[in-house]
Amino acid sequence: MTTPGDYAIIAVLIVTAISICAGIMVATHIIGPKRHGRVKDMPYESGVDPVHDARQRFNVRFYLVAVLFLVFDVEIIFLYPWAVLFPSLDQPEAASAYAGTVGDLANLGYTNGFFLASIGIFFTLLTIGFIYEWRKGIFRWD
Amino acid sequence: MPTRWGALPNSGIDKNPTPVDRIIRDPKIVAAVALVMLVLPPIGLTAAWLAFGQPLLDLMKATDPAILQFVFSLIMMGLVLFIVIHLCAALILAERKISAFIQDRQGPNRVGFFGLLQPIADGIKFMLKEDVTPARVDKPIFILAPCIAFVVAMISFPVIPWAGTVELPWGGTLTTQVASLDIGVLYILAINGLGVYGVVLAGWASNNKYAHYGGMRAAAQMLSYEIPIGLGVLVLLLVSSGTLRLEVIQDQQTATGLWNVFLHPIMFLLVLTANYAETNRAPFDLAECEQELIAGFHTEYSSMKFALFFLAEYAHMIIGSAVLVTLFLGGWEPLPGVSLLHGNNTWWAALIKFHIFWGKIIGLIGLYMLVRWTVPRFRFDQLMKLAWKGMIPIAMALVVIEGVLVAVGIKVDPTAGFVGNFGVLAVHLLVNAVLLGFILWQLSRTKAPVTGRQDNLPEIEVVPSRPAGQGGVSHA
Repeated sequence: MTTPGDYAIIAVLIVTAISICAGIMVATHIIGPKRHGRVKDMPYESGVDPVHDARQRFNVRFYLVAVLFLVFDVEIIFLYPWAVLFPSLDQPEAASAYAGTVGDLANLGYTNGFFLASIGIFFTLLTIGFIYEWRKGIFRWD
Repeated sequence: MPTRWGALPNSGIDKNPTPVDRIIRDPKIVAAVALVMLVLPPIGLTAAWLAFGQPLLDLMKATDPAILQFVFSLIMMGLVLFIVIHLCAALILAERKISAFIQDRQGPNRVGFFGLLQPIADGIKFMLKEDVTPARVDKPIFILAPCIAFVVAMISFPVIPWAGTVELPWGGTLTTQVASLDIGVLYILAINGLGVYGVVLAGWASNNKYAHYGGMRAAAQMLSYEIPIGLGVLVLLLVSSGTLRLEVIQDQQTATGLWNVFLHPIMFLLVLTANYAETNRAPFDLAECEQELIAGFHTEYSSMKFALFFLAEYAHMIIGSAVLVTLFLGGWEPLPGVSLLHGNNTWWAALIKFHIFWGKIIGLIGLYMLVRWTVPRFRFDQLMKLAWKGMIPIAMALVVIEGVLVAVGIKVDPTAGFVGNFGVLAVHLLVNAVLLGFILWQLSRTKAPVTGRQDNLPEIEVVPSRPAGQGGVSHA
């Protein structure tokens, strides 16, 4: 079982990692030399003088990838609870293990096929969307 | 005659060695130091055990089990953090030596005998170099980005079951997992998902076009390749009925001796490949490919800020390999098919398990390095095509297949042992073979990739050159 101590350890670990990082940053800031110059402070673009700001418009395909990732990742996360429960739903002990949640469903006579079909509908919708994106040419980068 | 790995005798640097050079290049002195470093710790540990062992055991017996577990977890945390950071340094040297071996070069061989002190020299040099912050960068984000990359890489290891549990002689158990979370798998996925922030913020803050393109590419790549990893873990959750705990998933593999890599070889390859892409390493180092983008998102970073990105990449490799070992390769079990260490919870078994686990991790990292130095880099459209048109459809197909298999009752029985689960293994291998055949068939009927060379040039009309003296321009 997970105890509060487990999360406390993770908090300690995060604090440790941040302090290591902060220590390194402060040390390197103090130790190294500091020499500035107009040319040295320019962005390094292979010796060519930089032409206006680097933060400009970028290709919309990067944006599409981010949107697709959002959709897909949420859908995958939605599949996780199903994947955790599904293998043990038809077993007798599932009724006691998940009593009050899905155990009741198992006792009411819902079979594996029902749970597979219900997630299958969702997965089919996901696949239809995927095929649409494919045919639309969103994955074409050339 | 220069030896293959030794220092070249006639190179200029050896003509005027400094006293320090004499010391660190003398094999005898280095060997003596190494011997002392090997001999002293066992002697020291034995002495400490004789002096403080019994009082320590008494103290452990007297403490509350929850507090004992907390203290032990803290010690494990420090130990693993220590190992990860130092292994990073060792791996950087190993990588340079392996690349040198593959490219028939010498590799680092100046600092210390065989170049063994190179990581220390690198570390000192990183510290002493100037920490350049160019003008017009977004300063807070510029400083924050390497911190995010480093911290995210360092905090994803607590849920990995390094050596199972240890049974105490006076009753009770200690788990070597730093934090045994119910949501172990989700924790790993969530923390690894944060890694993209370090890269994309570094690229954005630098105000450098190379860094900007590198950051954008890295973001698109890391996001795309997270989906196969998520689907791969989903399949494993279906196999190892009903848990998100890494130690239970690992235990079910060692109980039967049937590692998940045998059940899902294609999925293992997908997740392994996606791991290469997640760590931005060749052949997927599009974000920092030297010929196009100088150093990509960390072009403007110098000194320890750059080193933090470097450490983060290597720590990502180590933790990614640890997750693969846990999920697919049976964790600390030495051999597939037999359960040698399963159920053996003594302290010495835990020590052996810990070493086997790290041995497997280092083996996988060796594979990372061989792949990096042998496989040429992808083009960006090929990279995206591989993720979205290759790996994701295959992973989705595997999820559907595994769901159907579980629904019809073909699933691993943890109590049946290797032979009892032979039918399950056979069905999975058959399905994987069929899927592999389908993939190969699809590959064979799709168009060949466009390369620089065009094999089927169209016929062109060749105009016959005019003989001399008929008005042709002479180039002589």
